[in-house]
Amino acid sequence: MMRSDPRHFDVVIVGAGHAGSQLAIALRQRKFQGSIALLGDEGDPPYERPPLSKEYLSGEKTFDRLLIRPLEFWAVRDVTLLLSRRADAVDPAARTLQVSDGTTISYGKLVWATGGQPRRLTCSGHDLRGVHAVRSRADVDRLIAELPSVTRVIVIGGGYIGLEAAAVLTKLGKPVTVLEAQDRVLARVAGEELSRFYEEEHRSHGVDLRTGVSIECIDEEAGAACGVRLADGSTIAGEMVIVGIGIVPAVAPLVTAGARSANGVWVDEFCRTSLDDVYALGDCAAHANRYADGAVIRLESVQNANDQAATVAKALMGEFEAYDAVPWFWSNQYDLKLQTIGLSTGFDATVVRGDRAARSFSIVYLRASRVIALDCVNSTKDYVQGRALVATGAVLSPTRLADASVPLKEMVPAA
Amino acid sequence: MASFFVTTREREVIEVEGIDGLSVMELIRDAGIDELLAQCGGCLSCATCHVQVDPADSDRLPPMKPDEDYLLDSSDHRVATSRLSCQLPFSSELDGLRVTIAPEG
Repeated sequence: MMRSDPRHFDVVIVGAGHAGSQLAIALRQRKFQGSIALLGDEGDPPYERPPLSKEYLSGEKTFDRLLIRPLEFWAVRDVTLLLSRRADAVDPAARTLQVSDGTTISYGKLVWATGGQPRRLTCSGHDLRGVHAVRSRADVDRLIAELPSVTRVIVIGGGYIGLEAAAVLTKLGKPVTVLEAQDRVLARVAGEELSRFYEEEHRSHGVDLRTGVSIECIDEEAGAACGVRLADGSTIAGEMVIVGIGIVPAVAPLVTAGARSANGVWVDEFCRTSLDDVYALGDCAAHANRYADGAVIRLESVQNANDQAATVAKALMGEFEAYDAVPWFWSNQYDLKLQTIGLSTGFDATVVRGDRAARSFSIVYLRASRVIALDCVNSTKDYVQGRALVATGAVLSPTRLADASVPLKEMVPAA
Repeated sequence: MASFFVTTREREVIEVEGIDGLSVMELIRDAGIDELLAQCGGCLSCATCHVQVDPADSDRLPPMKPDEDYLLDSSDHRVATSRLSCQLPFSSELDGLRVTIAPEG
């Protein structure tokens, strides 16, 4: 029997999240004429992930409203959606991809946009029924289905995902315990002032928030989770355990194929990996970022996904423009809207602007006297106006920055 | 069926079907008008769903919240009738509304 040639696409995008789908949109918007395949391991067409731990979990938004585009859009734009499929292996010499459905796809350019899988606990009980992640629609649907019979939710990990879930579940009337291994929540992404503020907010809403705790195991009863045992021997009873301890970039096939890795897959300023004609972007792409003082980092954000999609779309159209976007991010918890601009990693000083007690304030992060980031709580004005300070690396005195009566836009140094 | 009209950056006018309860941003996005990035999904953290409303329609719109005002200030293309389309819930009262996608940046 003759074997047919592998199916060929000019651009194959692996990963149908924000980054991959936005790249397909951007290519068509730029009048890219070639064929495009968008391969995703979930059954749903591309959708927005941030609402999963917010409006989708709370029931404020139905899934339809999360779709990045209506289903029919992709056919209209001649983007071939290959859903419920994984890319298992890459052969960069043959320019082919082994797909989990047993087929082989050949590519002109390959773009890796797989994001990551939720990091799992390794202790006993980590795979019990009742133990959840919050990364996909399926994760949250499972969680919502179990919720009615749950008397206490235990959130492991005091990062944004865990805290957002804790806030929503508290509002839904569930008692919540948050367990954080570090000595404060948000330790990886924010300074101590912000951590302490959010700890107090969660506690004032009734959350049993504990820091500096280590998990021994998940306790089991009748095949399901019934609580969490801590290293000090104490236990917390609860039928639902939500694990929010970060993601593991899903780059194994690329790395196996020889791509340079660096906590994710390494890319240059045009999102090119070390393999010919293979790009990577979004959560899984480790890139040198000017706003991280040039360090090679991964950025897990919608901003990074969208802006890198623009970089890759341009590059694939022969227009090489280095990625250099100012990072921004948001998190909603209770009635608190946190908006961040820049990256605070490596700060050596902080300034608080505004009124913590009134729950409207900003934390300005400085490194070597330059403004590198702001965390703005119910303070969109500072978030908007602080952008120019971050983009230019403005040098400002802490006293001046702390004067909330002066808008930040009046502090932008003359060019 | 209520509808509204969107002028794209290429000056093309597209009629978009209105659905009560969805925002003008969601309706423009779902109509496949890709110029409207709407990066933050409508949570007032960016200004990439900026539209300029026809002055004849500006009285029909809900008042602006301060946060929307600040975000619009970040645009070089703000005009007197600029709005973030995510902050405009569609209803039949907006039938015939005319908006123009603001230039990029």
